[in-house]
Amino acid sequence: MLKSSSAQEPLLRVSNLRVAYPIHSSILRRIVGEKVAVREVTFSVNPGETVGLVGESGSGKSTIARSVIGLIKPDAGTIEFDGHDITRYSPKQLKSVRREMQMVFQDPYASLNPRLTVRDLIAEGWRVHRDVVPRSRWTAAAKELMERVGLNPDYSNRYAHQFSGGQRQRIGIARALALKPKLIICDEAVSALDVSVQAQVLNLLQELQEEFGLAYLFISHDLSVVEHVCDRVLVLNGGSVVEEGSVHEIFDRPRHDYTKALLAAVPVVRPWLEPFANGSTPVSSEASPCEEATEQKAQPREEESDIHS
Amino acid sequence: MTASRVASSAEAGHADAPLLSVRNLQVEFSTAAGIARALDGVSFDVRPGETLAVLGESGSGKSVTGQAVMGLLPRSAGAIVGGSITYGGIDLATRPVNDVRKLCATEIAMVFQDPLSSLNPVFRVGYQVAEPFRRRLGMGKREAWGKALELLRRVGIPDVETRIGDYPHQFSGGQRQRIMIAMAIALKPRLLIADEPTTALDVTVQKQIMALLADLQAETGMAMILISHDLGVVARVAERAAIMYAGRIVEIGPIREVYNRPAHPYTRGLLDSIPSAARSGGKLTPIMGSPPNLLTLPSGCTFHPRCRFANDHCRVELPKLRQPAGWASGHPVACHRSEEVLADA
Repeated sequence: MLKSSSAQEPLLRVSNLRVAYPIHSSILRRIVGEKVAVREVTFSVNPGETVGLVGESGSGKSTIARSVIGLIKPDAGTIEFDGHDITRYSPKQLKSVRREMQMVFQDPYASLNPRLTVRDLIAEGWRVHRDVVPRSRWTAAAKELMERVGLNPDYSNRYAHQFSGGQRQRIGIARALALKPKLIICDEAVSALDVSVQAQVLNLLQELQEEFGLAYLFISHDLSVVEHVCDRVLVLNGGSVVEEGSVHEIFDRPRHDYTKALLAAVPVVRPWLEPFANGSTPVSSEASPCEEATEQKAQPREEESDIHS
Repeated sequence: MTASRVASSAEAGHADAPLLSVRNLQVEFSTAAGIARALDGVSFDVRPGETLAVLGESGSGKSVTGQAVMGLLPRSAGAIVGGSITYGGIDLATRPVNDVRKLCATEIAMVFQDPLSSLNPVFRVGYQVAEPFRRRLGMGKREAWGKALELLRRVGIPDVETRIGDYPHQFSGGQRQRIMIAMAIALKPRLLIADEPTTALDVTVQKQIMALLADLQAETGMAMILISHDLGVVARVAERAAIMYAGRIVEIGPIREVYNRPAHPYTRGLLDSIPSAARSGGKLTPIMGSPPNLLTLPSGCTFHPRCRFANDHCRVELPKLRQPAGWASGHPVACHRSEEVLADA
């Protein structure tokens, strides 16, 4: 699954990204400080590649996604998409970039407008980007997309609440696909789904990638999912990248203590089958030879109280 | 250790006698769209000191099972319409909810998924952890506060002396769950029901919480029912597993038996759906379709529309829990075609 990374120009290149959120005083709302959510983050995504961002809550995963898509202005650093630095773009210029960069959100219940039919939800992007699909073809094109993501096209006049969670996430994917993007940012896109449905959606994402040559920036706290779909992985802790590498490097030979602690905590379905103290087997990431040590290292993480919640 | 507890008949010392025995439990919810049968003929036993994992997807009835035992079904909408829940010789299903709560106060405790909405935001955590001692055991303020301090230290809250006076929002998610656990074990219950205790937590914290539950169980000898959607999280802790689908238990048995040789196509599908290192990059084998609507359940076996083993028999007759021919005892399955499922593996 690994694609060669040197052959082509990266589609997305993030350099030295820094994002900080202001901390306001309790009464007068004066800015009294800042919480640095992301610091010195550098990575790139090649066309057709899946890059995973993993880390625990507060590690800055979602902040990175939001900066890439332009929902948050970074304090420093550059984000280049297709060779253009989009951090300096005006809102108007960003519009054309957003067409090529779409996002699938975590909560399929909250991210779809309840007052639109599926056909309108999918066609919404075409209202803004007039040149993608001519108006006369909207219904037909929406139905084709529904078919492609595994929804019955006869239901194009139904509303989001009439679908199950997995089906709603398929609607979200169809919406993202509607503008023929090059990059889709999946922010915990399968985290809210039941495991049997999650597998269906993961398979769909993989098929679509092969078909359209999509690149994914895949954000998840679920390491088994990341291991399954990603080519390369960045491990984030406290807003910084602590380790980066191919999925095999990260999962089979983690070097950083934090990565090791994270991997050791991944639940194993059949722990009784694990070779317990063997570091060289492919499943070593799940077996935990360093369990005792990592337990202690992971401990301080919990003791910091949430200052920004 | 058990000095302060009310002796119950279940404490008599028969290791094999179940602590909790649920038989043919039926729970219905009345909704605007009609009556949904959330539980249909659920039966299981929990023996003293044992851990049972109740697993399933959303809508399978796993949480309703816990709520029914604790008398916590949403008032007016949900009701037990049949079956029995026997604890210590008493049938909780037929008792008024208030009696059940009184009984549960000291004997059965519960930990919920979301500790922030289960803790009262306007009281200090020390007060909340001390509450069961004051309310149920009639302890004085100071004595109860001391007990709370001890408990919070036991569940691993750092710097207890200063933090006991903090409010719930000042703690992290994992610490809040530890506080919930402290409250649950305060009166040394004989059965702890944990409903998705780690679902909202990060993996490293999740592991710590599961380890804490296992430690506390080893110390106190309490039985546990772990309700979860995640087959992996419970694997290290539970001895037995019950798989639920559309309000029924479709497979129950020793957890290794169930995971290693699943005899129900649904259990097998769940296990195959989990992304694992072995198949990295390849295609997963998901269960087709989606879980059924409880208001419009399919005829016959409720799983048949999603099952690749289904035949005409499955479409007509609802399978009962049975022992597949030539199979280990204590591992019943509700499937007409278990022999084929097992042979196919």
